[in-house]
Amino acid sequence: MITIDQVSRHFGGIRAVDDCSFNIQAGSITGLIGPNGAGKTTLFGMLAGFIKPTAGRILLDGRNVAGFAPHRLFHLGLVRTFQIPHEFAEMTTLENLMVVPPRQAGERVGQAWVRWGRVRDQERAVRARAEEVLAFLNLTAVRDERAGRLSGGQKKLLELGRTMMTDARVVLLDEPGAGVNRTLLAEITRAIQALNVKRGYTFCIIEHDMDMIAELCHPVVVMAQGRVLASGSMTEIRKDPRVVEAYLGGMIDPEPASGGAAS
Amino acid sequence: MDGGVGLLNYGIFLATLIGIYGIVTLGLNVQWGYTGMFNLGIGAFFAVGAYITAIATSDPSPSHLGGFGLPTVAGVILAMIGTGLLGLAICLVTITLRTDYLAIATIGIAEIVRLGLKNEGWLTAGVRGIAGIPRPVEGLVPGFDALTYLGVVLAALLLVYLAIERLYRAPWGRVLRAIRENELAAQAAGKNVVQFRIEAFVIGSMAMGLGGALYAHFVTFISPEAFRSEFATFLVWVMLIAGGSGNNRGAVVGAVLIWVIWSGTELITGRLPEDWVTRAGALRVLMIGVLLQVILLTRRQGVLPERPPRPIDE
Repeated sequence: MITIDQVSRHFGGIRAVDDCSFNIQAGSITGLIGPNGAGKTTLFGMLAGFIKPTAGRILLDGRNVAGFAPHRLFHLGLVRTFQIPHEFAEMTTLENLMVVPPRQAGERVGQAWVRWGRVRDQERAVRARAEEVLAFLNLTAVRDERAGRLSGGQKKLLELGRTMMTDARVVLLDEPGAGVNRTLLAEITRAIQALNVKRGYTFCIIEHDMDMIAELCHPVVVMAQGRVLASGSMTEIRKDPRVVEAYLGGMIDPEPASGGAAS
Repeated sequence: MDGGVGLLNYGIFLATLIGIYGIVTLGLNVQWGYTGMFNLGIGAFFAVGAYITAIATSDPSPSHLGGFGLPTVAGVILAMIGTGLLGLAICLVTITLRTDYLAIATIGIAEIVRLGLKNEGWLTAGVRGIAGIPRPVEGLVPGFDALTYLGVVLAALLLVYLAIERLYRAPWGRVLRAIRENELAAQAAGKNVVQFRIEAFVIGSMAMGLGGALYAHFVTFISPEAFRSEFATFLVWVMLIAGGSGNNRGAVVGAVLIWVIWSGTELITGRLPEDWVTRAGALRVLMIGVLLQVILLTRRQGVLPERPPRPIDE
């Protein structure tokens, strides 16, 4: 579905992403892991159009979309979330979701002035959809709360909720589990799986929580210093000595006694 | 009896100017209140609107371009189109820059317009100004010209209010608030941020142009002197902040409040001892400045703070 072909991004002398290539298969939940500063978020930024690649191609359904503006990619079905939640703080939780659906008639000045009936009908549909998403994410209780007042975990859910307000095909999640307690983490994991199966979303997930990656993702791509180090199933990744050295080695015992969860 | 009529006339005069400033403040509310776009060139948009309709509707004169003797309605529409295009041009020039630069660009435009009005004599008659701008409803109700024109201004204010309030409550306004809150997230939500910004800025500019045009037809004589930036830009900003940025009713309330106070300070400074009179203008600005400080300290969000709009579908 997405082919990342020799993509690079340099910031001055720093090669944040350096000649990076891999695929995201349609219907997959692809994990993207690697130590801090590996270039994962920069790569996400390029996939979603927020950062222009210095070199390389990004193919979406065979079409080179490198350098497209974020809103164009959004309309092609590619949606991202942020590592640090970016909510609309002074707007209600419900409004945060209702703003998302594309091509609302009422977003056009002329339509809002002369076709109020149509705008109102659409608004009803958008509200219904937003209510559904809130219910799905257990956020109904904070529906009319200003989003800036939500807890960290609720903001994470809201980030995920935004991707559900559009007919997304590929969703890029940047650390959906960071700073989230175990219960909420399980909830987010469940939501991702449900969206993958029921709605057919393709996911690419950056995450440091290895349990979550192991549970959700196949394949897993490992990046280090701007490059792809390895890819494969979590079991294969764990055995790869280069990965252990570059990443897991710094965090866990290189040879876990029973191959248990790394965290 | 004479005193009573004088007071009534003064009241009509005051109300007409309040109506005009109300329209301009609503325009700024779309730019700043909804979208967070900083415009320090309000005076320029106001002046351009006034001059366009002046040139379009006044009788032919050798001292400036035209006039073309067009009907007032045509002049006002041209003024709105002209200021809209000016707003569009500023947006297009600053589009690749960060939004802060818009503020700087608008100061630059204001200065260009001010110097242009003064020096491009063939177009604007320079410092002599343009006289003989028609009053549209003259003689419609004999003896009540000022009152009829007040009616026109208030009708325009109401229309602008309704048009802008509807946009605020529509998804369009929601997108603008989202952009103001978090531009990155608005982009991630698939919004063409640049396009929405341009729309907001152009609509706000057009309201300012409309205000300027109505002003020209009200005073029937305009010169560069009438568009000093402390009148237009500074006062309109104070009106919006005092009334409640992001709240259209607040914008209108702010226009009423500040214009009444501003006019009131004229009465006060008029009674000052002689050696103070020369400083009266500066003193008035100072008083408004102090008032703004008081408002910001006591009611930071203005008299009528911004509130999420009522749902449109219930």
